[in-house]
Formats: sequence, structure tokens, C-alpha cells
Amino acid sequence: MSLAFVIDALVTVVGVTTPILLAATGELVAEKSGVINLGVEGMMLIGAVTAFAVAFDFGPDLGDFAPWVAVLSAALAGAVSSMLFAVLALSLGSNQVATGLALTIFGIGLSSLIGAGYVGMTVPSFDSIFPDRLAADPVGRVLFGYSPLVYFALVMVFAVGWFLNRTRAGLVLRAVGENDNSAHSIGYPVITIRYAAIAFGGALAGIAGSYFSMVITPMWAEQMTAGRGWIALALVVFSGWRAGRLLAGAYFFGVLMTLELYAKASGFSFLPSQFWAAMPYIMAVVVLAVISARGVTGSEAPACLGRPFLPSS
Amino acid sequence: MRIRLEKRLNPSRIMLVATPIASVLLTMALGTIIFELIGFDGPHAIYETFITPIVASYKWQDVLTKAAPLIMIALGLSLGNQAKIWNIGAEGQYIVGALAGAGVAFFLPNGQMFWIIPLMIAAGVLGGMAWAAIPAWLKTRFNVSEVLSSLMLVYVALQVLNYLVGGPWKDPNGHNFPQTPPFTPAQSLPNVVPGTVIPPGFVVAVVLTLVFWLLTSRSVYGFSVRTVGAAPDAARYGGFDASRTVWSTLLISGGAAGLAGILEAMSQLGQINLGFPSGYGFTAIIVSFLGRLHPIGVFLAGLILAVTYVGGQVAQTVVHVPNATAGIFQATMLFFILASDILVRYRVRVLREAPRPKAAAAEASA
Repeated sequence: MSLAFVIDALVTVVGVTTPILLAATGELVAEKSGVINLGVEGMMLIGAVTAFAVAFDFGPDLGDFAPWVAVLSAALAGAVSSMLFAVLALSLGSNQVATGLALTIFGIGLSSLIGAGYVGMTVPSFDSIFPDRLAADPVGRVLFGYSPLVYFALVMVFAVGWFLNRTRAGLVLRAVGENDNSAHSIGYPVITIRYAAIAFGGALAGIAGSYFSMVITPMWAEQMTAGRGWIALALVVFSGWRAGRLLAGAYFFGVLMTLELYAKASGFSFLPSQFWAAMPYIMAVVVLAVISARGVTGSEAPACLGRPFLPSS
Repeated sequence: MRIRLEKRLNPSRIMLVATPIASVLLTMALGTIIFELIGFDGPHAIYETFITPIVASYKWQDVLTKAAPLIMIALGLSLGNQAKIWNIGAEGQYIVGALAGAGVAFFLPNGQMFWIIPLMIAAGVLGGMAWAAIPAWLKTRFNVSEVLSSLMLVYVALQVLNYLVGGPWKDPNGHNFPQTPPFTPAQSLPNVVPGTVIPPGFVVAVVLTLVFWLLTSRSVYGFSVRTVGAAPDAARYGGFDASRTVWSTLLISGGAAGLAGILEAMSQLGQINLGFPSGYGFTAIIVSFLGRLHPIGVFLAGLILAVTYVGGQVAQTVVHVPNATAGIFQATMLFFILASDILVRYRVRVLREAPRPKAAAAEASA
């Protein structure tokens, strides 16, 4: 196995890992506050189409800022769409599983409605921001050869880990997720905190979606996130609701998805390519079983996860 | 003036029935406005989407064809949802059911035997059950959330289908298209019951609706499922086994989805190709909620969702709205029905007197 091949593979792993890492980091915060939002896939699609539409329509006017504005718009679109979920699940106490699914179905429909006029168009890819000479040699490529979103994802997962475990606000957010009634009775605004957590999750899911339409393939295709939002949800369970393990798990799934790409491209596999395409999902199920069966202390789901909280009742 | 929510002792029966109807009407109203905003003839588009399929008799067969799998799958899902078992992987069970039934057809000697059709249908049911048994086993043995495991298996089922129709089961006379050989007449059912516009699947859906109605409202089993969902502790005290409920509801809903899959393949498509997975398994989740988990409600909701499918295509050709709008309508309906849930469980009180400070604080954070 040549060095070039290893470098290529490494770069691919980092690339395919980034969107699921981003989406899972956002969902982690929402779930830590006691809310499970199954709308990740829908929010990602809305983010993907928004970023593409902004980059395509306003790109020429914005010049170098275009991809940044596009990604920011995706974050905003993700956060706004997550508010649909939040109003229903938080203020109206609706069933979170069904509401999240509704958001995903809505996101699939809305994104293909908006994207219908953009099929077949392309925008410049949101690539490396470092000077080319830094990324010229193999080591430089592994370190500096990526879209800014890759570094952003890594920064976010550490920032979220630090926020949840080392800050007072993070402690309050976890308290809301562990025991909403107690947090409410000592005066914390449970519902407001959950709104904020959901909005954060939506923004990161939107950015994760923009990675598909701005970096992986700089174009729009219906349902281009291809179920990665669900992998992100499994990843949160896999992580035991901890940021460090979330990062490790994301790269584990990244390796599996890279295997699929290589199996398809080079035909080096003796197994059909569909086997490799199904592999991340099979492994997600296996991993969920292993994690759920072991019941590691300190890796339990937030106690109030998925429970509606209506203080005035 | 303040608004306060009071929990009802029993869910409001009026609201249970009124809110789904209101959700459909609100979706139509909202749809009119949105169509106008994005530059289409709103009332016309809504008329074509929601009314044309009902009044135009040549669309009835389409509506019933689409309603059949939706109703079958949603009946099963509603049973599980009553026990708070969330099978969101019905799409996968639908696919595997069809593949299992087709497998029987391809591996048996090609004859005119009358028992091939029942055997294919049985294989379809068993295939769906087998696919749903995986989340059931994972849930009862390892405590894995069935929400995620059943959904992951949809993607696995899609790849199994891609593999089979593109490889071992590919039609040798199919010009290299990824599709299976067509079913022979002995392996298929007619589009419609001869002389009517009713597809065979719809007949099955009607029968299943009655069976599920008897099961949920007239049997101890139905009572146990509801109790496990509403009051798990009481259910355990009363001797209802929670893991048996997990197994039975997932197997029943998987079997219903598999049945829908094989009937669709045998009577509508006549083969299996890459276009077979059509999202019925996901739309059935909406049907289940719009029907308030009640078999009769599910039956009616399945018809309504089928109307939006057919009407969405009509509106697409007549008013030239994009084809994605049907999905948006379906999601909007689900949003409305979930939002109105609160009216079923709570009574909205408008308070005129000055509320006590404590109550005011509680409402401020609500």
C-alpha cells in the first residue's frame, strides 16, 4: 500500500466524517437538554439546499465571501426549521418522535421544492483556505488540505464538550435534561433553555447539510444527504452522550463510509458494493446493541429525554 | 386575560375527532396561501389536489390503489404506537416482504399451481415479520431503541433490493435494466377485482381494518397493548408482559407492511425494480397519527393521504405545481395534528381574574 493511497484514504475519511460529526454535535446538545429531535435529516436537507441556493444566486456578487455567507444561511435555515419542531414539542407538548419525523418529511419536501430550479447547476467548491504550498506535501495535505468546515466541526465538538462539562451554563443545560421538574422549581427556564438547545442543534445540522452541497459535491440533488442524519442520531447514542466518544465514533463511521467509496470506485472488494453501502447502517445497529447492552455507568441517556414538559399543568 | 391549560381526566372525544378534520382543512387553507405566494393559482391547485381525486371517478382506482398499502401499514403501526413502540422502519419491512414473496415465486418450479399465490403472500408477511423481528430482538435483549434500529434497517433493505434486482435476480431479458423478471400470471394478482375499480389490496385493507378494530377494542390483547403504553407500571402489576408487547406489536406491524409490499408487487407492478420503495412506509406514520391510532380513523386517513398523492400529480399536470408539494402537505397535516394534540389532553381556560403570582410565573416560562 503506497503512501499516496494512505494519504488519499485519510483525507477521504476526514471529509465524509465531517457532516455526521457536525450534525451529531448539535443533536448532542439538544438531547442533553432532554429533547430528542429526529428531524436532523430534514434540517440537513434544508441547510444543503439553502447553502446551494445562496451560493448560486448571490455567489457572483459576494465573491470570496460567497461560501461563508452560504454556510451561514444554511445555519440560519437549519435553526429556523428546528423552531417548527420546538414550538410543537416544547410549547404544545407534542410527541417528540412523531414531531421530529414530521420535520424530516417536511424537510425532504421543502428542500426538493426549493431545489427543483437548481438541479444540474454547480457552484465553486468550498475548499481549502490554506495556501496551496502548505498542502503540497503529503503531511501538509492531511493537516491543511480541507474545507474550513472540517476544522469548524472539530472546534465545535471540543467547544461543546467544554461547554457541557466545564461551564455553569452547560451544567444548567444538563440539569434541565436530567430532571426538568427540579430545574424548573429552582427557577431555571426549562423551556427557554430547550428552545436554545434545539436551535443550536438545528444550526449545526444546517451547516452539516451545507457540507454536502458546498464541499462533497458542489451541486444540489434531491435527498443528497442520503440518510446521514440518521447515522448522526445513532452516533449520539453510540457516544453515550459524551463529546469525546462522539468524535471517536464519528471517525469510526467515517472509516466505514470510506470503505464504501473505495469499494465502489476501485472494485477491490470481493463483496458486492451494496454490502459496503449498507455497512454503516449495519454497524450502527450492531454498535447500538453493544452500547445499550453494556450499560456503562455515566453513559446513560439524559433522564428526561423525549419527555414533554408542561409546567402549567 | 390569561390562558391556562388544565389536564383533562379523560381525553376529549370531540377533540379526538374534530382535530384531524381541522388539520386537513387548515392544511388546505395554508396550502392555498402558500401557492398564491409562490405564484400559482392557489384555490385551483388546492381543488385539484384535494377535491378532484374524490369527485372524478376515473381517479378512484388510483386513490384506492395508493390507499391500500398506506392503510395496511398504518394499521400495524397504530397498534405499536398505542404501546409507545415506534416502528419507523415499515418501509424496510415493506421492501423485504415484497422480496421474500418474489423469492418464493422465482425459486419454485414455474407451473400453474394454485397455491403459489397464497405461498407468495405468506412469504411476504413472514419477510416483513422477520425484518421487524430484528428491532424487537434488539429492544428486548439489548434495550436498543427501536426507533433507530428499525430505521437503520430501511437503508439495509434498500441495499438488499439494489443488490438482488441488479444482480442475482436481474431479468435476463430486461435489456440490462435493474429489475426482476415479470411475474407470470400464476404468480400475480389482477390490478383490480374484475368489473370494479377496487384493487385486491384494498379489499385486504378493508378486512384488516375490521380485524384490527376487533383486536384493539374487543380483545384483552388490545387492552394490554394500550395499558403497556399508557401506564407501564400498572401493566406490569396487572401481569401484562412488556417484552411480549414489544415482540407482538413489531411482528404484527412488520407482517402488515410485508403484506402490503408483496400485494403491491403482485397486483400493481408485476415485478420488482429500483422504483419499488415509494415511501409508503414513512407516509403510513402520518396516516397512523392522522387516524388517531384508531382502525376506523386510520382507514379514513389512509384515503385522505392517498387523495393527496393522486391529487398532487393532478395539480402537477394541470396547475404545474412542483411534485414535491404533496410531501409538504403531508408533513403539514402531521404538524397540525401533533400541534392539536394538546386540545385532546388539556382544556384551555381563559382566566379573567388576576392570577396568583405563582401561577403567573409558571405561565411566563411556558
